[in-house]
Amino acid sequence: MTTTLYTSDHEWLAIEGDVATVGITDYAQQQLGDVVFVELPKVGRTLKKAEAAAVVESVKAASDVYAPVTGEVLETNAELAAEPALVNSDAQGKAWFFKIKMADRSELGGLMDEAAYKAHTA
Amino acid sequence: MLARDDQDSLKRTPLHGLHVSLGGKMVPFAGYDMPVQYPAGVLKEHLHTRASAGLFDVSHMGQIALRPKSGRVEDAARALERLVPQDIVAIAAGRQRYAQFTNEDGGILDDLMVANFGDHLFLVVNAACKDADEAHLRANLSEDCVIDSLADRALIALQGPKAEAALAKLCAEAPAMKFMDSGPRKVAGLDCFVSRSGYTGEDGFEISVPAADAERLAKTLLENPDVLPIGLGARDSLRLEAGLCLYGHDIDTMTTPVEAALEWSVQKSRRSGGVRAGGFPGAEKILAHFDNGAARRRVGLLAQGRAPVREGALLFANDAGGEPIGQVTSGGFGPSLNAPVAMGYVPTSQSALGTQLFAEVRGQRLPVAVAAMPFVKNTYKR
Repeated sequence: MTTTLYTSDHEWLAIEGDVATVGITDYAQQQLGDVVFVELPKVGRTLKKAEAAAVVESVKAASDVYAPVTGEVLETNAELAAEPALVNSDAQGKAWFFKIKMADRSELGGLMDEAAYKAHTA
Repeated sequence: MLARDDQDSLKRTPLHGLHVSLGGKMVPFAGYDMPVQYPAGVLKEHLHTRASAGLFDVSHMGQIALRPKSGRVEDAARALERLVPQDIVAIAAGRQRYAQFTNEDGGILDDLMVANFGDHLFLVVNAACKDADEAHLRANLSEDCVIDSLADRALIALQGPKAEAALAKLCAEAPAMKFMDSGPRKVAGLDCFVSRSGYTGEDGFEISVPAADAERLAKTLLENPDVLPIGLGARDSLRLEAGLCLYGHDIDTMTTPVEAALEWSVQKSRRSGGVRAGGFPGAEKILAHFDNGAARRRVGLLAQGRAPVREGALLFANDAGGEPIGQVTSGGFGPSLNAPVAMGYVPTSQSALGTQLFAEVRGQRLPVAVAAMPFVKNTYKR
């Protein structure tokens, strides 16, 4: 069973067991505009919650993507690195950024469910 | 997000209501509330301009008439030559030229277009500099000229390969104009000033129109399915691919025209040995740069990877160690090139085409090479 949670910085996390798949929300991609480059973290890197983990660049500007939880990067999305425009076409599907093995599930307590995130971006 | 107060203090161009109705994403720029993009987005807007035609609101820019008190336009031209290193006297009636206001240190106060309208000069200056430019003109040229701020006019740029056909429907004279022709023309029956120029590297026009008629003219142009509205985002990526300077970034009070690789814009008559050599602010330094070379130079930079190299990135000679040798002044992604593009200043000794350098991006040194500009071939109708 997958649970999807959201951060106030517009990342989404799809959680299965102690692994979270992380990306940016459809709202975030709309704000960014056409994405032309993404930089993903190295597999094996340990990220601290709120640390800059990836970069997403539109024609105009570069933005950081933050680690929503502490943990080790298990896998990154090679398809996304090759085709950054996936962020615009399928932000909450094919355009996942990385999978992280969560170190502390209690960090999920501060995140929003879909209804709360919708209210946050309304 | 801006506080309400800040938004309220922003100025609006005569096309503001149209931008909002077209779904423009409005941002503050040079004191104006301007569209950075429309729903199509920067990438599509950029590519559409290169493939078809784009309409840009550049009404935030300053339009100034310089009227000679003697009635002779050459007196206004001679007066203006006291402030710019260009040959203004030689601009024929109906033509325009790119120029710079320089300061006593040889730096650039602003860059501008100067057109000869037969009985007066017509200037277009940058939005952020227009008040200072006007004060500068008043302080220095009031004896010879009446400086007339044309604040009641909007400015619309129509750019791209289909700009000519689009404008021809409203202005039969437009197709006969050549690059840098400029003067009063009727457009859709309105009293406009039309120049065949722009800042995208594409063929196109800039149309100065009375503010009260601007929205009607813009809407008429936009009725043509070839013409889409284009925001400031694509305006910036288009001018960057065209290798054109953005004032306050690629040129400023600390860069001379020679350092900025704008030698082509300074005619021989104003250089050492010319018939009207010198006589503009900073002439000593600028002419010395012409005669002896400058220590640094603006160059184009192409990254070898996909990561955009942006303004402020430091440039290094090697992939590790050493002090920075220069800095990127404009950079981003070039949609037509489908690759990152940048420009910046480097030591002249390292400015040769093909020179391998490194740009520091998020702590990593990425390989970049000095490259010829424009990055995308311009299509001016000469």
